[in-house]
Amino acid sequence: MSDTEQTSIEVPVADGDRYSIKMGPQHPATHGVLRVDLELDGETIVECTPHVGYLHRGFDKFAENRTYAQAMVLTDRLDYIAAMSNNVGFCLAVEQLLDINVPVRAKYIRTIACEMSRIASHLLWLATHALDIGAMTVFLYCFREREILLDLFEELCGARLTFSYPRIGGVRQDVTVRFIEELQRFINIFPSKIAEYETLIDTNRIWLKRTVGVGYVSGEEALSLGLTGACLRGSGVDYDIRKHRPYEVYGQLDFEVPLGTDGDIYARYRCRMEEMHQSNRILQQCIDQLPPGPIISKDAPELLMPVQGARKVHYGRSTYGTRLVGISREREHLPKGDIYVSTEVPKGELGFYFISDGTARPYRMHIRAPSFIHIGALPALSKGELIADLIANIGSLDVVLGECDR
Amino acid sequence: MGEIKAPGLVEIEEGVRMIPGANTLIGPLNKIVNWSRSGSIWPVTFGLACCAIEMMDAGASTNDLDRFGIIFRASPRQADCMVVAGTLTKKMSPVLRRVYDQMPEPRYVLAMGSCACSGGIFETYAVTQGVDQILPVDVYVPGCPPRPEALLEGFLKLQEKIDQEQYRWSQWR
Amino acid sequence: MEPMEIVRRLDTAFPGEVLESIAYQGQVGVLVRRERIVAMMQWLRDMPEVQMNHLMDLCGVDNKKRQLEKGERFEVVYNLYSISHRHSLRIRAMIPENDPSIDSVTGVWTGANWHERECFDLFGITFNNHPDLRRILLPDDWEGFPLRKEYSLKGKKEWQGMIDLQEKVAKLAKYDFSSQQSGTDKGSTAQEPGEKHE
Repeated sequence: MSDTEQTSIEVPVADGDRYSIKMGPQHPATHGVLRVDLELDGETIVECTPHVGYLHRGFDKFAENRTYAQAMVLTDRLDYIAAMSNNVGFCLAVEQLLDINVPVRAKYIRTIACEMSRIASHLLWLATHALDIGAMTVFLYCFREREILLDLFEELCGARLTFSYPRIGGVRQDVTVRFIEELQRFINIFPSKIAEYETLIDTNRIWLKRTVGVGYVSGEEALSLGLTGACLRGSGVDYDIRKHRPYEVYGQLDFEVPLGTDGDIYARYRCRMEEMHQSNRILQQCIDQLPPGPIISKDAPELLMPVQGARKVHYGRSTYGTRLVGISREREHLPKGDIYVSTEVPKGELGFYFISDGTARPYRMHIRAPSFIHIGALPALSKGELIADLIANIGSLDVVLGECDR
Repeated sequence: MGEIKAPGLVEIEEGVRMIPGANTLIGPLNKIVNWSRSGSIWPVTFGLACCAIEMMDAGASTNDLDRFGIIFRASPRQADCMVVAGTLTKKMSPVLRRVYDQMPEPRYVLAMGSCACSGGIFETYAVTQGVDQILPVDVYVPGCPPRPEALLEGFLKLQEKIDQEQYRWSQWR
Repeated sequence: MEPMEIVRRLDTAFPGEVLESIAYQGQVGVLVRRERIVAMMQWLRDMPEVQMNHLMDLCGVDNKKRQLEKGERFEVVYNLYSISHRHSLRIRAMIPENDPSIDSVTGVWTGANWHERECFDLFGITFNNHPDLRRILLPDDWEGFPLRKEYSLKGKKEWQGMIDLQEKVAKLAKYDFSSQQSGTDKGSTAQEPGEKHE
């Protein structure tokens, strides 16, 4: 690609049987704009250098110029496949930073949203992963269920992909009875659908040949590389933030965290399939235990919009409607300090590091994205493997470039 | 082009000669070519960010693009449309232009999503404010992200635009 | 183990390096000098009662616009976690403005590699002994470090690659279909003989 003219990196010159190939940013199987420079010896990978940054939009800098509520829309665009989890992670971090308590009903609704996102993300992961390896039917099956989930999201908050539904202090609007009924219907049919996907690929000879023993990483190495989520649990390390530092209502729910032992692509695949079952279980418990009550905190500072019950105000020169509270640009009464809060998103551990200097805008927002670290671990996973295994590895790491590049 | 000394030509304007009755052939030829092109738009996959997921949704089961003749091709050499779905950053812009240059004529560009149309919410140091700074765009589909139905509407508008084209199939245009 | 207990042990093991510790909302942040950072990280990872085996996050901070009692212009913040003992700690290493460099901790956790590259890319902090220190998120020939406080959101100068691309686009514009449409743009594009049929 054009970076050959302007690069300052020394690309090793191919000699003998070796040749170098660039798997460019425009590629159907790289899950976004990822460029991988490969040096191959026949079909075996000798060197593998991923290049990212083709989707770098400047989130950290953007958030420093906006208030906390305005910066929340950015988080949808991080891992755009499971946008609700990112929103909830952001809200949790800001709420802990500014010391805001969230009502219980809102916590339950947020947990429902997170788990629905987890299922939606794993469905898309399975669809693209299987498509890359060659199983095209799984793609269509998974998208069928994902459409049902996206219809549910639309019933909940009106959007299909980029929601911004949680608010700092709660959620924006309450769930409807119809939403609960439809969700219950989904929960009832979903285990049979997972069984359907498994009949297609679980014991399929081609799938097993392409995933068992490929992309092996041991537990210590995975931890040292910074892998989190199913990539770490597939290697046997028990680290799930929902159990280690329970947030929302996960401390009161009954679910298991699946662990693998082999550390290869098949183990990570089995982990994620089991996680879908467990998410279904969590959703059932949340619906059964959903308590009545308010959905947004009353003691949140005036940087939210809208808050139920607030009066009609004029903001600037126009009236935006019945429930708008003005956002102040610089206010000196928020607490100062820094905080790091991470949540278990479908891809791994998403962390937000905030520094507040007392004003309505964050002084520094740093997003710790799991996909960024996972792509950094790609060379360690794929050295010595075949070029076809590289595609399977990228799929099993479950990366999304919006999150990686921020 | 030089002097054409053929007795059958008719002069319609100063210096413009025409074979009589040519319009009855070339008119329908236009229609046939436009019909076949609009009925089989083959886009090259250029999903960049979130809009790519909605593009995949549009191509999957519930909203099927295949019934419009739209098949996604991986290589730009075999495609005649480019759907730029997502944010275009400055680092990616040379790559985008290169892929566009590799597409043979006739080629169309559909800018999907607010980021591709005009930079979206990202008015930052690293984002190109719209794909039309780099390429000529035929159809803009705004939204963040646009629903699959909106993308479908964009494709239908592109089909209408193709149907109105004249003489794009010939060298003497 | 309580975070303050870890800080006390760290202070005993490395006297004079720990400058202050701040507790906020249940999390403890420790401000340290940068000279023995690798030894400190090694100690934190290997001490059996502490065992910080997971580097959660590594990022840079520009302190130009906030007033601190102790601190330099830049900081590198390490957020550590122990999976076996379930405790966490934050280390903030001070980096002066005139010499923005610090030792790399890739020897302790391999995953710090890309974190440090991002910090270098966006702040300009050099990491000594880093295996491969070059820009990661921005193009390789980008000038400036965006996350410094004096860099504006939209940037100052245009990137050279973008300027080259605009020139290329202008040159190729005459081959676009709309510019060649007969009857629309007659005479507006320079038509050299022999170049019309592309």
